[in-house]
Amino acid sequence: MKHDARAHARRNAAAANRRALIAARVSRRDLMKMGLLTSAGFLVPKNGLSARASGGNPQSPPTRAFIEPLPIIPVKQPVAALTPAPTIAPNVAAGEGRTRNHQALARFPPAKLYEVHQKAAPLSVSPDLPLQTIWGFDGLCPGPTYIARYGEPILVRNFNELPAENGGFGLNEVTTHLHNAHTPSESDGFPCDFFRAGQFYDQHYPNVLAGFDSTHPPSGDPNEALSTLWYHDHRADFTSQNAYKGLEGFYLVFNDRDTGDETTGFRLPSGEFDVPLMLADKVFDENGVMFFDLFNLDGILGDRFMVNGKLQPFFQVHPRRYRFRVLDGGPSRFYEFFLTDPDAPNTSVPFWQIANDGNLLPRPLQVTSVRLGVAERTDVVIDFSQFAGRSIILENRLEQTDGRGPTGNILPAGQGNALLRFDVVLPPVADQSADPASIVKFYDLPPIEPPRVTRTFRFERNNGQWAVNGRFFDCNEVRFRVQRNTAEKWVLQNNSGGWQHPIHIHFEEFQIGSRNGQPPPGVERSRKDVVRLQFNEEIAIFFRFRDFSGRYPMHCHNTVHEDHAMMMRWEIDDVGDLTTQP
Amino acid sequence: MAHIDRRTCLALAGSAWCSALLAGRGEGRTLPSPRDAIRARYFPNVALRTHHDRHVRFYDDLIKDKIVIINFMYAECEGVCPGITANLRKVQTLLGDRVGRDIFMYSITLKPAEDTPAALDAYATMHDAGPGWLFLTGDPGDVELLRRKLGFVSPDPRLDADTSQHIGNIRYGNEPRQLWAACPGLASPRWIVESLSWLDRRESL
Repeated sequence: MKHDARAHARRNAAAANRRALIAARVSRRDLMKMGLLTSAGFLVPKNGLSARASGGNPQSPPTRAFIEPLPIIPVKQPVAALTPAPTIAPNVAAGEGRTRNHQALARFPPAKLYEVHQKAAPLSVSPDLPLQTIWGFDGLCPGPTYIARYGEPILVRNFNELPAENGGFGLNEVTTHLHNAHTPSESDGFPCDFFRAGQFYDQHYPNVLAGFDSTHPPSGDPNEALSTLWYHDHRADFTSQNAYKGLEGFYLVFNDRDTGDETTGFRLPSGEFDVPLMLADKVFDENGVMFFDLFNLDGILGDRFMVNGKLQPFFQVHPRRYRFRVLDGGPSRFYEFFLTDPDAPNTSVPFWQIANDGNLLPRPLQVTSVRLGVAERTDVVIDFSQFAGRSIILENRLEQTDGRGPTGNILPAGQGNALLRFDVVLPPVADQSADPASIVKFYDLPPIEPPRVTRTFRFERNNGQWAVNGRFFDCNEVRFRVQRNTAEKWVLQNNSGGWQHPIHIHFEEFQIGSRNGQPPPGVERSRKDVVRLQFNEEIAIFFRFRDFSGRYPMHCHNTVHEDHAMMMRWEIDDVGDLTTQP
Repeated sequence: MAHIDRRTCLALAGSAWCSALLAGRGEGRTLPSPRDAIRARYFPNVALRTHHDRHVRFYDDLIKDKIVIINFMYAECEGVCPGITANLRKVQTLLGDRVGRDIFMYSITLKPAEDTPAALDAYATMHDAGPGWLFLTGDPGDVELLRRKLGFVSPDPRLDADTSQHIGNIRYGNEPRQLWAACPGLASPRWIVESLSWLDRRESL
């Protein structure tokens, strides 16, 4: 078995390193400080985290874990007015890069206006590394968090102020995708709707429920409410570089049930107890500078783990319930995260999963781990009251050694990647959030309607060329057309032999009907916008495409695959087609 | 960590980082420019021979200050190569006289022992390759180094050893602007030219 062979090689490398270190008389304490030994004694191999088969990639310099606190991402604040005022047609004269009219600006006039500036800025990711020059929204990584509400449309004026000098990777042309709002096409951040440095782009987010102009007029289906969204650059062929460079952030939506106030509605932990966590793995070169492998076709794995822009931070918490919104920010890694008690690593620590891809489940489910592919999100509730005075580690225990996908091995507790340490050291405070065990229902799953057409998509690798149904992405090629306000069934097939792909479809959430003919597990009986297409799988998913029209993509969200043509453009219009293998 | 000595540090982390650590985290050192770092990491300046039997250096003569398209092929390839070569011929037509002026196309053989300059010249003639499109061979070790540095490698060793399964993507890049990307060699010629145009804009700031 090749996986066994790779694991064996890795263990041998670790053992060789360990012998070298013993010879050098390095203390366990030194190793811990340098991040080379995990809490349970596992020695991080010096090699074996290479980002691609051809080797030659740097290994990050040693860094210490749990030195700095978790950054709390600032909330984006609106502005009183935009000058010039937003227009339905692109304001080309004023420097707008949009090419199509807003289709719903008059119907959903913005209640709040924002402006955001994409620019280069310094970021300290660790005291053990030099300042990094990142590209960020408002110069921040992650970018500021938008707090939105259903029924409150907003408009974001998005300025591209990125420099031509890219520091070695990244292209200063951008298109910002709001993943995965019910957004008109021209504001979706389609990969080919990029705009240039010096231009701006008005993005109109109606914050409206699916079905408002079709199945559930006039305000949409309450069971289609979304909670945890994120935004990121989606520039065709350069998404992996630009997002790795920092162009990612959160967008949260509340309503009259998921209220953002733990004394009302579903009574989920709120305010300072509702914390987005963006996971990102990185490599730093021999000078400590963030490194991106430009000539990688497979997928980029980091050997250092950032949460909200810091390497392995700690987070001081109160002994009460918290809501965490965890995002796999890519570019390529799959995670399965657990809570590890360093004092009792063999004891599994249960917590509550309440959402999948940012969509609240029918009801909370108690779990001991959650697997995430790139762009998948999960909302969880963790009750720290049982751990007062102690520490708990958020640990990725899914083994992955190259861009192909995880080996499937779950590493023993304490031997995976420590992502974040929760220190339950703050004093007790009131907790008015509901015990997830007592919550019997969030939303019903919307009904699955008979599909108008079943379409099949094979995700392939042909001589190293990523393809879907044997064809490659092209901005100008519309592969198929969906008739607006109809239902479809899509069958996703993975024939690429030894690769996994997190497949993302823009616009409206889908439900998984089956994986290889079997119904999905409980946490996947949900509304989703990314599905992990694992080794040799065939997955049936069910959609409706309501209300808006225009162009959208489907793509692998391993951003390296996406940038190398594993993507297609499709459109929603009033006619549609019945192509079964587009 | 001040008590960690150089020997210990070397065992842990290798020389570059130790030098930085022991010199106080490297403050005051001059970092290589991103352009130099890319050159050092990806573009070994190996000697190659063109299908006109001219000796060239990979970085100095073929990459530096240029916009380039790079693929790997071999003359007897009956799989993916003929389609890609025919595709690149159309790309060359679409690009017109810019090929050879500021845009250059390079097809590097995967079988340098068989693909002599004369064999590659015959291949170029057969495919009607115009000026500015070079077919390249060299020492097998140098060619293999280039293949690995440029990422034309499958992570599955069994597939990677099967030359008929070789990577069919093309790299495209603008060396002075540090812009590098790739697309399938079998993508439409019009799309390849459009992708290349992205690297070639006048800076708007």
